[in-house]
Amino acid sequence: MKNCFRNDALQKVCGTARFADDLSFPEMAHSVPVYSDFVHARITAVRVEEAQNMPGVLAVQTWKDVPGALCAGQINQDYPILVKDRIRSTGDVVAVVTAESRAQALAAAEKVTVEAKPLPVILDTEEAIKQGAVVIPEGLPGNIINHHKVRRGNPESRMNDAELIIEEFFETPLVEHAYMEPECGICVPRDDGVLEIYGSVQHPFSTRRFVCAYLGRPLASVVVHSHAVGGSFGGKDDTASIVCARAALAATALGRPVKMLYDRPWSMRESYKRNPYKMWYKAGFAKDGRLVSVISRTLSDSGAYTSTTPWSTWRSAAQNIGPYVLEDIKADVYGVATNNIFTGAMRGFGSPQTNFAFEQIMDMAAEKLDLSPLEIRRRNAVTDGSTTITGQVLDDHTVSLVEVMEKTASSIGFEEKLKQSSHGVPGKDGKLYGAGIACSYRGCSIGAEGKDFCCATVNVQFDGSIVMDVSVFENGQGAPSAMIILTSEMLGVPVEKIHYQASSTASIPDGGTTVASRGTLVGGGAIKDAVDKLKVIIAEALKAELVDEGEEIEFRDNRIYGSRGRSLSWEEAGRKMYLARVYPFAFGTFQAPPVTWDEENGQGDAYFSYVYSSQAVEVEVDPEKGSCRVLNIVASHDIGKAVNPPMLAGQIHGGIVQGAGMALSEKFLVDEQGKALSLNFSKYKIPRATDYPDITAHIIENPDPLSPTGVKGIGEPALELISPAIANAVAAATGQRLTSLPLDIKSLHLKESE
Amino acid sequence: MNVIVVNGKEYEIRPEHESLTLLQFLREELHLTGTKNGCAEGTCGACTVLVDQKAVRSCRFKLAKAAGAEVLTVEGLIREDGSLHPVQQAFIDAGAVQCGFCTPGMIMSALDLLYKNPEPDRESIRKALRGNLCRCTGYQSIVDAVELASKRMMTAHITHQYGQ
Repeated sequence: MKNCFRNDALQKVCGTARFADDLSFPEMAHSVPVYSDFVHARITAVRVEEAQNMPGVLAVQTWKDVPGALCAGQINQDYPILVKDRIRSTGDVVAVVTAESRAQALAAAEKVTVEAKPLPVILDTEEAIKQGAVVIPEGLPGNIINHHKVRRGNPESRMNDAELIIEEFFETPLVEHAYMEPECGICVPRDDGVLEIYGSVQHPFSTRRFVCAYLGRPLASVVVHSHAVGGSFGGKDDTASIVCARAALAATALGRPVKMLYDRPWSMRESYKRNPYKMWYKAGFAKDGRLVSVISRTLSDSGAYTSTTPWSTWRSAAQNIGPYVLEDIKADVYGVATNNIFTGAMRGFGSPQTNFAFEQIMDMAAEKLDLSPLEIRRRNAVTDGSTTITGQVLDDHTVSLVEVMEKTASSIGFEEKLKQSSHGVPGKDGKLYGAGIACSYRGCSIGAEGKDFCCATVNVQFDGSIVMDVSVFENGQGAPSAMIILTSEMLGVPVEKIHYQASSTASIPDGGTTVASRGTLVGGGAIKDAVDKLKVIIAEALKAELVDEGEEIEFRDNRIYGSRGRSLSWEEAGRKMYLARVYPFAFGTFQAPPVTWDEENGQGDAYFSYVYSSQAVEVEVDPEKGSCRVLNIVASHDIGKAVNPPMLAGQIHGGIVQGAGMALSEKFLVDEQGKALSLNFSKYKIPRATDYPDITAHIIENPDPLSPTGVKGIGEPALELISPAIANAVAAATGQRLTSLPLDIKSLHLKESE
Repeated sequence: MNVIVVNGKEYEIRPEHESLTLLQFLREELHLTGTKNGCAEGTCGACTVLVDQKAVRSCRFKLAKAAGAEVLTVEGLIREDGSLHPVQQAFIDAGAVQCGFCTPGMIMSALDLLYKNPEPDRESIRKALRGNLCRCTGYQSIVDAVELASKRMMTAHITHQYGQ
């Protein structure tokens, strides 16, 4: 077993790593949120007087106490830090109670009362878009918050040419990130007026934007620090930032440090989730299995607020049918407001849902056309030079979809396993066995949905040790470790020589959010630029000492080499540069290659490159129990280049198990009035250690010429295709198809008596 | 006077602390923040510590019940010479640490298992860790770590020296 490098593992196994709630400050007060019993209502009164008079209470703040904007957001500025006149979801917070102790704050929060006139509650996207439905977002004519299209060719007329048409409806539920650490935000007002923020947040710069918007402050007056974060998976952006902003609201009013720690039920009730999808697909195939036409319509439930729905639905449009070639398509993806808990970024970001649909359609067509699932994919797969459904020609990187699929298929023995599948006829033990496969491609980084750039600094000290800082943040995935490894390889120094800044919003400029599986790619790209610049500075300073005219300096084996046996240790080099008054410091940037997008027809170069993936599983379905056990999982991903292979494997394992939870057990429950029922892990079942088998992960490396380090990404590719692989395996086992998640095995008619 | 021994040190349990959970006492009174609170309902295992060498969920364990007991938390594993316990080292080497929030509880559950069964197979390890949730790793590298720790501990013949 190759040992793993993590710069934060030692403190994490010793219990000394400091997560937000592990921090405390002198004179620190404690804030808690106040919710109401309403889901959708007009507020007539919020009564706080009794709470204000409770022991230890320092402040009870409502919307009236918010100095800046009442609402903020990543795209639309619509999320209220504290609601003013209208409650739109069960997660809405009406007041913040701050007291000397948390217990006192909790006791006082009970005394805040909310009076309101209920409005009709809409929990279903189809209901929300009906004529006359009550409009939930402020200032919009209806509940459709965005509409992305893909328009290419003549799908209607081409559908008539199809030998086979598959028409199917698919549905996916509300899914919770279930990071193990609930939200926590701390604000420490500094004597110079600056606010220092610590928090369980995904991206400090995003938190700073929220805090400054709500508090009406310039960005430069708030410093958000980074420290250990107990997982995010896309889920610690908006809500976690708003928790920090509420702590800041209290801290600025009191002039004291304030901690706002969420318990699990608050986190479950308020934090955004994965968008539920309803998808209608009509797919036409030729006799030989080639896709000839797709017409699709998708409703994505944004919940009560916008968050990132316009972006995640864009990915659902751009990757609407997965990694296949098709000239004729019409796809419509709508973001729709409801009174559900709002939805936003979650690992996968709009692709797990569409993959769940279309990867099953591929299998359904294969069965009807008497092709194997592999053969139908081979015939439609994007290859070098293919054109995507958005008109992008894939001619500038290795399009390895078939390579990764064949790797997965041969590793698991797919053709043989599929032959052995039960197809609804139980084996001697009464169980049904099946194998399934799925493929995907995933546009790297954020693509045409936003501005894509990042930065890093590399700073050699005068004793030769190295400080680095990258505007990519640690959420548990091991980003700084990957950055250190990349730098150590580029400079030829051991990882121990490099010290990673606990980056903050004051130590480095904003590099864009740590999202979209982009950390290693964009951070690595920025480091490459910084190191290239640094090498020029060092070479210029030391050339007289080390080389003759026209010769190059080399950085290897923990030394700096010139010609004719001349070399310097880093310590010697650092000293010499000091004496020469040279700063061996470089700031590097990564600017993503250009992407294009025409919103009117959904055509353009959506992403500068793609990750290619394939996963296959074997399952055993028990008709008596109505249960499904996954027996074997194989995954292959072309991630360009592996930087820290054990952590890469960890991303693949973790992503698959998280996605398998979505496939088989996870569904966030709300009652018919929109109140959350899945408020803790006893009511929201994420996978446990006994639920899934060991995973065989194959890492395919075709270094990407569009990435300065050759690296792509893995966080989301690992998760986005396991649910259709499992669904296809369940279909092979049972001979029946499930088109909703989580797969309800009990709903199938499997017993002989039925 | 009620006392409790935590990581080898004796502490008094004052009457005003008796209503606390063991987790609250560890985190808030002793400032031993290595033990985590993930759910406060006993389903996630992040708060697992050993009480008289048995794994318990400290979020649901009344401090009063721990009176007279010896408690071991993740902070108590590092040896006096600064070297790590083999389970800690194995978690690092096997890549079992990602966000690290479940890690202290996982390590304590692994210790509990290795006390009872020094050479567990992978299935036994998975069963023993069933009460500890992890959202990052998919558990595989954690199972690797416990297997590695077991192997190293058996090789070193120190299976009788867990913890203190």
